[in-house]
Amino acid sequence: MSHTQTFYDVIRRRGITRRSFMQFCSMTAASMGLAPAMSGRIAHAMETKPRIPVIWFHGNECTCCSESFIRSAHPLVGDVVLSMINLEYDDLIMAAAGHQAEAVAEKVMEEHKGEYVLAVEGDAPLNEDGMYCFVAGKPFAENLRRAAKDAAMVIAWGQCASFGCVQTAKPNPTRGTPVHKVVLDKPVIKVPGCPPIAEVMTGVLSYILTFDRLPELDRQGRPKMFYGQRIHDKCYRRGHFDAGQFVERWDDDGARKGYCLYKMGCKGPTTYNACSTVMWNQGVSFPIGSGHGCLGCSEDGFWDKGSFYDRVTDIHQFGIEDNAETVGAGVAIGVGAAVAVHAAMSVVRRTLDKADEKAERSGQGQG
Amino acid sequence: MSTYDDELRIDPVTGQPAIRTGDEGRINRISVFVFEWPIRLWHWLMVVFLIVLGVTGYFIGSPLPTTTGETGEHYVMGYIRFVHFVTGYFLAISFLFRIYWAIVGNHHAREAFTLPLHKGWWWAGAAHMAAWYFFAVKEPKKWVGHNPLAQISMFIFMLYLLFMIFTGFALYSEGAGAGSWQDQMFGWVIPLFGQSQDVHTWHHLGMWALIVFATLHIYTAVREDIMSRQSMISTMISGERMFKDDRPE
Ligand code: HEM
Ligand code: HEM
Ligand code: SF4
Repeated sequence: MSHTQTFYDVIRRRGITRRSFMQFCSMTAASMGLAPAMSGRIAHAMETKPRIPVIWFHGNECTCCSESFIRSAHPLVGDVVLSMINLEYDDLIMAAAGHQAEAVAEKVMEEHKGEYVLAVEGDAPLNEDGMYCFVAGKPFAENLRRAAKDAAMVIAWGQCASFGCVQTAKPNPTRGTPVHKVVLDKPVIKVPGCPPIAEVMTGVLSYILTFDRLPELDRQGRPKMFYGQRIHDKCYRRGHFDAGQFVERWDDDGARKGYCLYKMGCKGPTTYNACSTVMWNQGVSFPIGSGHGCLGCSEDGFWDKGSFYDRVTDIHQFGIEDNAETVGAGVAIGVGAAVAVHAAMSVVRRTLDKADEKAERSGQGQG
Repeated sequence: MSTYDDELRIDPVTGQPAIRTGDEGRINRISVFVFEWPIRLWHWLMVVFLIVLGVTGYFIGSPLPTTTGETGEHYVMGYIRFVHFVTGYFLAISFLFRIYWAIVGNHHAREAFTLPLHKGWWWAGAAHMAAWYFFAVKEPKKWVGHNPLAQISMFIFMLYLLFMIFTGFALYSEGAGAGSWQDQMFGWVIPLFGQSQDVHTWHHLGMWALIVFATLHIYTAVREDIMSRQSMISTMISGERMFKDDRPE
């Protein structure tokens, strides 16, 4: 594989037409929210620029991110992530194994020092010196730090790498730690979601290739173009939300009519992702489209917010699993009861005082 | 038997004469002007705003039963949320106004914002008031402005308002969108709490905190009105603090 090949070279050799290629470019530009003219710029970059060298690591994870991007919408996207980049090392899908594979990683780190992108799926368990995740005879955290040292940037693919996901759910026995807390000296782009949407993954890569820089990130380190809005902001059931038309029970009339899933615990109002616009599996559907609420899988700590089916979710600050409603009502009732007791005591006290006063006054009168 | 005592009393705090004396048998009912009209107006506006915010907020968290019929004919959640947001704006603006008045208003206008923690008499007063609530002393002290315990609770309430305004506008910024002024000013609150869901939870707890505050506040206001040595509720209406006896202290 020559390192100077462009993405365009690669896909043309695979028999993909120029027309398809241009379609892909405009679709990508649209999904990034760029002006139509930008699709030309993307096409130009893909025709002329050498593909980005990438090392793709797998830590503590389930591979659903990789599963996701091989199921993307446009026919070309099918393997775009793989052909767009010069995927030198990916221990999951590369042909080489063992020492051979590790030698490749070493080679890339040397040859493309300061240029390559480190893409990470999964987090790094830090307890017991990282014993819980061993790759190539070393703790994953160690490999991660080593590879990040000479990388241009790090992409945290998916929820595990971005925020930790299920391995880090309480009590997090392995102390799984997301990438940005392990790699402190490099910019980390988070592409959260369990898994992230394939088009979002290609979009991020296309952007980096075209503009030679990181996409604009929000406060939590996610690319704004895909994580700038909540599911709820673009949900097709939003009209039912505004109208107060909710599914109250599974399989009730509202469920059949496709009403809003807010009362069934939909996390769309608090989840930043592109599902309600880009959708999944070649645009077939997304959770809400299939009648189930959003789980909030791209939000920090979504496993630890209590039931997926509660609107008002659990808080842990009180030592017990309880939600804002029960804690609040409990305290309010307690205070109310205390006030009632205090009021009763005040009345008794006042009556006694009055009686005393009276006795005193009549005593004085007699004396 | 004492006669009408029309001597000019000087309010120790404002230094102004408090000349209105009443006639009720043997006692001279001295009254002192405490709360200027903007404070009183603000107080009763707070009552209205917070009831509206509490009720609409509750129904945002736990919506009313599903409406039936054509979707286009209903806008229940839309209206509830709209009222909540508009009232939220009113609350925030009136809070800014209240701070302004704390600066330009009289001495009492500042009480809810500044605790004289370095003053011995203030702590002694707080201890005495606490004892009064525990039925350990027979009589409370007289207070022209807030008593120290009331002052502490007012101070906490101001912080509470700030908390609700910050979390409220942070949630609002999510709808207003990235880059909006709400986002620029309050968006940082969201990662501070973790994520959006956590901000919802804390904002929601705030509703219960309000119910707790109102319960205690109204109870003590009514109780003090009856049992203390000065007027309370009428003071929040007319601004005049009337004392029920003319003993000092
Ligand atoms: C002390 C006053 C307030 C109270 C008691 C209150 C109460 C509530 C409650 C109970 C909720 C539902 C939370 C949930 O379960 O998701 C809520 C949501 C909300 N409140 Fe407030 N709130 C107050 C002030 C404000 C202010 C000042 C604003 C600023 C504009 C504001 C904006 C919001 C927003 C944007 C939401 C989310 C609405 C949604 O998710 O659709 N609130 N409020
Ligand atoms: C949710 C409802 C209410 C809230 C949030 C509220 C809030 C407040 C605040 C912040 C103050 C301090 C005023 C200042 O110094 O600027 C205050 C004082 C006062 N409030 Fe309320 N209030 C509420 C309801 C009521 C009600 C229903 C009453 C009458 C029964 C009442 C009676 C008073 C009185 C008498 C004072 C003066 C206390 C003193 O002089 O120490 N409040 N209230
Ligand atoms: S289904 Fe979920 S995301 Fe859609 S409108 Fe209802 S609450 Fe919002």
